[in-house]
Amino acid sequence: MKIAVRAALAIAATALLADAGQAAESPKRGGTLTYMIPSDAPPSLDGHRETTYATAHTAAPFYSVLIRINPDNPASTTDFVCDLCTEMPQPTDAGKTYTFRIRDGVKFHDGTPLTAADVTKSWQEIVFPDEGLLSPRQSNFMMVDKIKAPDPTTVVFSLKYATTAFLPALADPYAWIYEKAILDKDPHWYEKNVMGSGPFKFAGYETGQSIEGVRNPDYYRQGQPYLDGFKGIYAAKQATRIDALRSDRASIEFRGLPPAARDELKAALGDQIAVQESDWNCGSVVTINEKVKPFDDVRVRRALTLAIDRWNGVPALSKIADVRTVGSIVFPGDPLAPNKDELTTIAGFGTDIEKSRAEAKRLLKEAGQENLSFEMLNRDVDQPYKYVGIWAVDQWSKIGIKVTQKMMPTGPWMETERAGNFSVDLQANCHAVVNPLIDVQPYLPSSVSAQNYGNYEDSEEMALYGKALHETDPQKQHEAMFRFAKHVMDTQAHKLMMAWWYRIVPYRAYVKGWKISPSHYINQDLATVWLDR
Amino acid sequence: MTIAAPTPTGTAVFADDRIPPRGVVASTIRFVRRQPVGSIGIVLVALFGFAGLFADFLAPYNPTANDFTAMTEAPSWAHWLGTDQLGRDILSRILFGARTAFVVGLTSALVGGFSGLVLGVGSAYFGGRIDLVLQRLLDILMSFPLIIMALAVVSIFGTGVHNVIAAITIPLIPRCARVVRSSALAIREVPYVDAARALGFSHSRIILAHMVPNVVAPFLIMLTSFVGQAILAEASLSYLGLGVQEPVAAWGLMLQGGAEEYASTAPWIAVFPGLAIMLTVFGINLFGDALRDVLDPKLRER
Amino acid sequence: MHRYLVSRVLLVFPTLLGAAALVFILMRLIPGDICLVRLGSGGTSFSAAALAACHAEIGIDRPWWLQFLDFIWGLARFDFGTSMWSGKPVIQEIASRFPVSLEVAVMATLIAIAIAIPLGTISALKQNTWIDLAVRTFSIAGIATPSFWLGIMSILLVLDLTQAISGHPWMPSIDYVPLWKDPIRNLSIVMLPAITVGYRYAAVSMRMTRSAMLEVLREDYIRTARAKGLLEKIVINRHALKNALLPVVTVIGIEFAFLIGGLVVTEQVFNLNGIGRLMVLSVQNQDYTLTQALVMLVVTIAIVSNMLVDLFYAWLDPRIRLA
Repeated sequence: MKIAVRAALAIAATALLADAGQAAESPKRGGTLTYMIPSDAPPSLDGHRETTYATAHTAAPFYSVLIRINPDNPASTTDFVCDLCTEMPQPTDAGKTYTFRIRDGVKFHDGTPLTAADVTKSWQEIVFPDEGLLSPRQSNFMMVDKIKAPDPTTVVFSLKYATTAFLPALADPYAWIYEKAILDKDPHWYEKNVMGSGPFKFAGYETGQSIEGVRNPDYYRQGQPYLDGFKGIYAAKQATRIDALRSDRASIEFRGLPPAARDELKAALGDQIAVQESDWNCGSVVTINEKVKPFDDVRVRRALTLAIDRWNGVPALSKIADVRTVGSIVFPGDPLAPNKDELTTIAGFGTDIEKSRAEAKRLLKEAGQENLSFEMLNRDVDQPYKYVGIWAVDQWSKIGIKVTQKMMPTGPWMETERAGNFSVDLQANCHAVVNPLIDVQPYLPSSVSAQNYGNYEDSEEMALYGKALHETDPQKQHEAMFRFAKHVMDTQAHKLMMAWWYRIVPYRAYVKGWKISPSHYINQDLATVWLDR
Repeated sequence: MTIAAPTPTGTAVFADDRIPPRGVVASTIRFVRRQPVGSIGIVLVALFGFAGLFADFLAPYNPTANDFTAMTEAPSWAHWLGTDQLGRDILSRILFGARTAFVVGLTSALVGGFSGLVLGVGSAYFGGRIDLVLQRLLDILMSFPLIIMALAVVSIFGTGVHNVIAAITIPLIPRCARVVRSSALAIREVPYVDAARALGFSHSRIILAHMVPNVVAPFLIMLTSFVGQAILAEASLSYLGLGVQEPVAAWGLMLQGGAEEYASTAPWIAVFPGLAIMLTVFGINLFGDALRDVLDPKLRER
Repeated sequence: MHRYLVSRVLLVFPTLLGAAALVFILMRLIPGDICLVRLGSGGTSFSAAALAACHAEIGIDRPWWLQFLDFIWGLARFDFGTSMWSGKPVIQEIASRFPVSLEVAVMATLIAIAIAIPLGTISALKQNTWIDLAVRTFSIAGIATPSFWLGIMSILLVLDLTQAISGHPWMPSIDYVPLWKDPIRNLSIVMLPAITVGYRYAAVSMRMTRSAMLEVLREDYIRTARAKGLLEKIVINRHALKNALLPVVTVIGIEFAFLIGGLVVTEQVFNLNGIGRLMVLSVQNQDYTLTQALVMLVVTIAIVSNMLVDLFYAWLDPRIRLA
């Protein structure tokens, strides 16, 4: 069963990548890559500190990491390889100890040799930050007990318990290795400065305008990087980015553009534009505030999810919005995700929408809520929030529920969520490396996850999650994860999974050596990128 | 975003001084001959005003209904001005958008104008400390960047027609108050106002009977230009995502987000709402110029 | 005059203080704060501890009155602090964005003057002819066109035209270079924004020129000059235009002061990294220090230029300073 799923996924992935057609060419040296960074200036250049992709797209080329998703196969959710280590370790101590050997002869751009002490210090800053130091992804590493460097070439991670969630967490694209001496002197130094061991050296930064890097001749991978340098230009406005690609002012924008942009560029430029597409590790999710009546009633929540015709609606929506795939709360490409047979047993994912809606109406009637109307909170962002919101409102109207939307800018929107001043909220759940056990954390009860604005407690859900987290047998883990997902999406209907996002990257066809992944956070060091001109 | 007053002082083109005929039709003809440009303005304003008023009957489609089978369709017999990225009929949205535009334009202009009138006349009449304090407050409002005010209003209360009107109205108040105040100041010291005071007339009587009539002309001219400016400001705010909220039909909103994305493959999405804004504001300004010619005695003499 | 001057200058301070209080209050009334935006805008999750750490780092966990005193005390010493978003000095943040905005504003002004004064003069001289009608229509259209729409349309036009002609779509470079480094590239970047801003600006100034000219042309000394048999060219250039220019220059001056803060939409359309965009960004990021400094900058420019105009008119017209 599992193998069949994987094979199907592999075929799908190949089909998606076929457009890139870059298999056997040998890379050319030289040239400068100009790319667009779809945001305004990031708050800082310190990946340990920030959550925005703007920081990754700005500074990732300057740094190395311990392990990462294979840059030649980034579509995979399980293919982890070494960057600074020499070999992916087999865990010892019943899966609780991971020992990494660090590469020899790696140097920071200032000439200082990189040792296990730098790796350990950087990781300690992420996993066990000092009082008052910000480390937003700390909770991804709840399984880590100790990080040690017994000698200058060895780093040992000891876990509290064995779990498959550890390696994907360790491949975090922001876990850049910093110089210990600098961190010891000033833990905030990296916010405004750059000193790494990555493929490119820092060459200039104009806040809100551009970032520049030049080739690191001492890079530890022979021949790489292929580019002489790069220039990233910030442009928060999408129309500017599309125009820039069209007029060849920039060659690529790594985050992803909506389908209309792809079609427009293809129409205008034909073969000069290549496109790579992938499911995106971001989902649009409706959160229901269960403190607010009548949403404390599971019948009402189930009616809301039953009303949505995902199998017909999402494909239509995919023509205008960057969503595409119907799925559970687990990333659709992952082995832990339910297959289609399993998925269709979940409320609102059945193939007979009329039956679902009849059931929804019955539930509403039973709950005495036939004339339900409410306001849905939404974020004031076009893609895909606004589009998914408009669609959801339309779907609910089909079972007689009247919904209006309240769009808010990012800050106030989040504050409204935190304060619980909403009944229904359209959110996104976005992650870097696909790691379903960590990625579903925002769906855990509010006392466990500060990010769950559903305001409910559910001990049964926690028990189901615990089973999936500690299970290491793949087949049993798949089943445990499905029971957990079904509980969250159907039995209790805490969360309404609407659609998974779809990442579309149209770019100038002469850009080679870059492969798309399910996340815009990863595979951004540009070491493998080259220009065919 | 500068919505500075277009400090206009113009005169009629082709002013005609022949003896006026009588009757409604005749006087209309006379007006058209005296103010040909102003008449074009009135026609434009009336046209869009009519569209806004009777959008329910005129619009061929529901302006907010999505149609995923007819997305970004070029103008055709079914959709005269095409459809947008959600399959909504652009003509219908422009007709309903006229309503939004006039609601925002007129409300902002009237509220801003009358608040300004009260503050300006009051400030001029009472003078002294009241004037001093009021002027400082108005200085603050006037110099405060509109965009920050609008961003703050929207962030605090959320987007929506009412909040947009509030954001646009606030900066109009001090501008109106200033002009009214200086017109009112000019007549505060004239003998008949002094006489009225000496006779012990009440403040309100003096203000209403003597000061207000004297500031009516500049006030009305300013009010007209405010309507146009408010419509433009609404468009700018909506473009920045700070204006009216989807799915309400509003011209500025129609130019935001999607319109720019689709500008080169489906230009009609961006072209028609822009033209609607331009023609309406154009009409209002022409009308304002004509109004000035009629109302301003100094200009009439010419 | 002296007393008027002193009191007028002194009055600037309460106004500035009022503006400072207003921006301070407005910013804090907005729900949420910079840490939520910084940590959560990507849709990823973060812990309550991370949020608290961020609050403490930036100092917005302190009581509001302390923050306000800090702000005012900073203003008094011309110390605007550091941006809460980037951690860099606010002065540096503003300084790096200022040249673009200034350049667009100056260019727009030059374009406006080049169009407005000749056209406005001709329009006045040929009053009530078809030339006058055409000029006035052109000018009212300038006031009626949303500048961002003009911007969007002009970029589109350039892209489509160049593709139609050469097969390769072209648009101006998207990263700003200073004028002295690469004048041609610089001008290609600033040209379109300057034209879209300049058109509206020209329209306003054109109307002013026209009416000022009409006014002057009716003055006795012009009649005298004409009666003396001076050449019409000399009458216009030496006498009429010179005197009509005064109000025109005033309008241009006032508009310019507002222009710097008013480039918001244009900078958005053309992706220029200027003051206007920084202003929107700073509010969206809920960067209190940066927003406060930017507002104070714009308010000061506006109030001071207002004051200068007042003083100028007081100097011209003695009745005002006595009133």
